[in-house]
Amino acid sequence: MIDVDPSLVNWSRAMFAFTAMYHWIFVPLTLGLSFLCAFFETIYLKTGDEQWKTITRFWMTLFGINFAIGVATGIILEFEFGTNWSNYSWMVGDIFGAPLAIEGLFAFFMEASFFAVMFFGWDKVSKRFHCFSTWMVAIGSNLSAVWILVANGWMQNPVGMAFNPEQARFEMESFAEVVFNPVAISKMTHTSSSGFVMASAFVLTISCWYLIKRRHVEMAKRSIVVASVFGLVASMFVGFTGDEAAYEVAQKQPMKLAAMEGLYIGERGAGLVGMGIINDAKAPGDVQDAFLYEVKIPGMLSLLANREFGSFVPGIDDLVWGNEKENIMGVNTMMEKGRHALSDLAAFKEAKRAGQEDAAAAALERFNVNQKYMGYGYLDTPEEAVPPVAIVFNSFHIMAILGSLFPVIFGAFLFFTVKGNITEKRWLLPVGLFTALLALLAQQAGWVTAEVGRQPWAIQGLMPVKIATTNLSTTSVQITFAMFAVVFAMLLFAEISIMLKQISIGPEGH
Amino acid sequence: MRISPKKVFDFYKDGFSSMTVGKTLWKIIFIKLLVMFAVLKLFFFPNYLKHNFETDEQRANHVLEQITRQVADNN
Repeated sequence: MIDVDPSLVNWSRAMFAFTAMYHWIFVPLTLGLSFLCAFFETIYLKTGDEQWKTITRFWMTLFGINFAIGVATGIILEFEFGTNWSNYSWMVGDIFGAPLAIEGLFAFFMEASFFAVMFFGWDKVSKRFHCFSTWMVAIGSNLSAVWILVANGWMQNPVGMAFNPEQARFEMESFAEVVFNPVAISKMTHTSSSGFVMASAFVLTISCWYLIKRRHVEMAKRSIVVASVFGLVASMFVGFTGDEAAYEVAQKQPMKLAAMEGLYIGERGAGLVGMGIINDAKAPGDVQDAFLYEVKIPGMLSLLANREFGSFVPGIDDLVWGNEKENIMGVNTMMEKGRHALSDLAAFKEAKRAGQEDAAAAALERFNVNQKYMGYGYLDTPEEAVPPVAIVFNSFHIMAILGSLFPVIFGAFLFFTVKGNITEKRWLLPVGLFTALLALLAQQAGWVTAEVGRQPWAIQGLMPVKIATTNLSTTSVQITFAMFAVVFAMLLFAEISIMLKQISIGPEGH
Repeated sequence: MRISPKKVFDFYKDGFSSMTVGKTLWKIIFIKLLVMFAVLKLFFFPNYLKHNFETDEQRANHVLEQITRQVADNN
């Protein structure tokens, strides 16, 4: 039995989730809007048409507002690592140090040095150099995200490292393995491209508002064309990268995939749930139905998970208690191995303290045998390895359903705008008005799937969140949570107010 | 074109002085950073291990203690 106050763990998780979700309101807009500004300005550079310059400056102003309000909200996550997740942050410091340092030194400075030219340099540097600077800001912003996603990918699939039992740290053995971790790559491509969709939806929404109000019609139509092309390409790419991300989840985090699909009993030729109402009362191992209602596409889950129609996809019950026929080791077995590993780690520590080098070496040898299961040694029951299925299933399906709508929406706007009759399509404009909100919902649902889906792990299979947490008082975490709620609400109010004011003023007020 | 320090200084000076919405944004950024570093970080988010232990060896021992203690007790 691990003696950690569950409410402390939950409050620490809630605070981190709250901060990360707030941070992620701004990040995808920065990732995509920076590229859209670069596209607008490139068209201006090529055509010399002043209207494109006006368009560029307008969206650049909104990009600047979003950047200013969002900047440094990620720093709070780093504060939380040091205070609320000190065990975790000590143990992964060596792994995360390199990607985060690279982010700071390379991407951030690249971004920051061209930022001034982008905003202050109009008519002061050449058009070509200004456009180059805008592209550099876009590339720099996106490179910043790469390194954070590499760090996140490592937590989902820890590779390229070795555990140092004397230092209690995971130490990097191969930088290339960490950077080219397949989970990190699929996460990076999926997340960045979804940011492009978010920003395209944002441009579409504001442009539709102008069209409904019959203001700045020419600017709105031109903006819709560029945003729809970018959004259409990006949303199709998101589908492709989403498929790759799901494949990686199936291979590296099968429990997460089972929760995403509400699959309790594994099967060959497993179907993909297109939509369904999950039975929240269902628990692993019981005889209740997993769904109250479901629509399945036969064989598709097997194809998605293993690239083979008839292949076996393990369910939650298979993963918890094992499935000998399919050669799947259960969590119950891994718990035994994990407990041996932790016991041997403790013996190693004691032997070292007593100066008994031979005993320490023997304990270390035993520890190495079961080291990869060490995280399971902290679990109290096998069922503890199951994430909250209903949350994961619902968030995944919200993301997937919305994701499949975006190519249709962008395609329709592109078609009617190019055809020249978008302003007559009064039924379509309100759809555009809500597209940004839907994109934001899809973004947040995607992260909920990724992060709730990997519970109970802070580091997959190696460290559960309850061991990663600092043993603080729950009350102090609750107080800081409340403070963040107030500060974040104020900042969000400021952003929305300034943004709305600027949108209301229009392109003349940049 | 030669880039002198004065030209760079003037570039930033003109840029900052001609800002409109940017002035409000900078105020928000400064207030935000002040709240983060002078209040939150200082009073509410000390680095637990740096604050409570002096050397890396002590920190490593503490973490090792944390991750093995209860399981070792049970065995």
